[in-house]
Amino acid sequence: MIVAILGTILLHENVDHETGEVTRIGNLPFIFGAILIGTIVGYIAAMRVKMTAMPQMVSMFNGMGGACAALIAMVEMNTHHPQEFGHRFIIFLSLMIGTVSFAGSMVAFGKLEGKIKDYGSKVQQITNNTIVFAILGLIIGVSLIPAWGDFFIWIVFAASLIYGILFVLPIGGADMPVVISLLNSFTGIAAALGGFLYDNQVMLTGGILVGSAGTILTVLMCKAMNRSLWNVISGAFSATGPSSKSMEGMSISEISVTDTAIMCAYAQRIVIVPGYGLAVAQAQHTCHEFEKALEAKGVEVNFAIHPVAGRMPGHMNVLLAEADVPYEKLKEMDEINPQLPNTDVVIVIGANDVVNPAAETDPSSPIYGMPIIKANTAKNIIVMKRSMAKGYAGIENELFYDKKTRMLFGDAKVTLEKLIAELRNV
Amino acid sequence: MIFLSDIQGFLTSLDIWDICYILLLAVFLGIEVISNVPAILHTPLMSGANAIHGVVIIGSIIVMGHSSPDNYLALTLGFLAVVLGTLNVVGGFVVTNRMLQMFKKKK
Repeated sequence: MIVAILGTILLHENVDHETGEVTRIGNLPFIFGAILIGTIVGYIAAMRVKMTAMPQMVSMFNGMGGACAALIAMVEMNTHHPQEFGHRFIIFLSLMIGTVSFAGSMVAFGKLEGKIKDYGSKVQQITNNTIVFAILGLIIGVSLIPAWGDFFIWIVFAASLIYGILFVLPIGGADMPVVISLLNSFTGIAAALGGFLYDNQVMLTGGILVGSAGTILTVLMCKAMNRSLWNVISGAFSATGPSSKSMEGMSISEISVTDTAIMCAYAQRIVIVPGYGLAVAQAQHTCHEFEKALEAKGVEVNFAIHPVAGRMPGHMNVLLAEADVPYEKLKEMDEINPQLPNTDVVIVIGANDVVNPAAETDPSSPIYGMPIIKANTAKNIIVMKRSMAKGYAGIENELFYDKKTRMLFGDAKVTLEKLIAELRNV
Repeated sequence: MIFLSDIQGFLTSLDIWDICYILLLAVFLGIEVISNVPAILHTPLMSGANAIHGVVIIGSIIVMGHSSPDNYLALTLGFLAVVLGTLNVVGGFVVTNRMLQMFKKKK
């Protein structure tokens, strides 16, 4: 990357086709100043961010890249006023994609920070589609008519900004990984368009690489949730009505910390299912302590990682790796599911939808068909949760009402600390 | 059909076949890379890809370097573009590196 940047600064020549004049890169003080600012700010931000806030950070940096692509398009249009259709089309397209990526990433960032709530309706879906086609139509129109000048840059920019916001707003928090990955590939495509513009192979290759990789990653994630990309984008998840099944009249049973400790100490096999709650409570280190305390009692402990647990693919893996949990103990869903019937206790820490049996049994459930960790097949289930609040999918979880399930309410970190203390006394 | 000839002229000026080859290779490479990485490493992978598309910074340098010193709008926007592009590159790589460090076997 450094080579590419230096090479561009030192070697790039702009040949004027009419006069044959060769101009080199100018404004060097500004460029170096900007790079310096960006480096310092970027480095500090990246070093200070907590591991649990990683998805937000990636989304933020992605938005910066998108904004960069959009700004390039604006400046290019403003300074060179190109006349050919192809040239103008690429510039405007890059402006649109870059802006959408920027606006979308900012909304995704806000949502992951918990500052922006989900909002969606059926009408909005139609509005969104209308806006996309309107922008595309406008772009083609502007590209065809060279007389339409700078003013339209701002119109396309504003429209794309609005679309970017409306596009991410209705998408539920659980789908954020997919959205971030998708926006990531958008920015890649915007970068590739820049490569087209300047006939620059590095930008082209890098951009397309990210574009294709991001798209495949997005599709893989959708598969893990058994939903189509379209289904995710249209925000159909949050738009579906309340689940048909009501849990009224069914009761849950609670368990005390002491009883949990005793139950765990005398178990042979324990599987821990972590979820977003673990990340929120910053409990990954305590969780590792808990695992070690159990192993000291001779219990075999494994972690079951659902592919979409958390807010990014592999989010849980990153957290647990940070806490030094050995790589071999992190089992993927398909590997752990057959072992669950022989497991004495499954401890669900802050996970919800990924263990919801409704995905297998209730065809009317919005998550029906999503592969889950079959926690309900284990001999005993302990669910650690802060409250009976629903998961991100906003649906009831039958698992909590299962006869084998005991609820252990409280903050994951605090509860785990108490458990560790109790375990030492058993 | 003025526009068609315009497109044609634009495309031939780019050595279209070279670009097509590069495009195809990059697409295949991207698909291969992703499908061979386990889900466990998808977060660092996404973050890495995020850092890679920071190559837009090259575009911003070119655009800034060739704008005339008295066009303040272009200079301001270009400056902002370089700052944001650098943020993307540096932040992306540092974050990815931090994550990968944790996956290394501890001694």
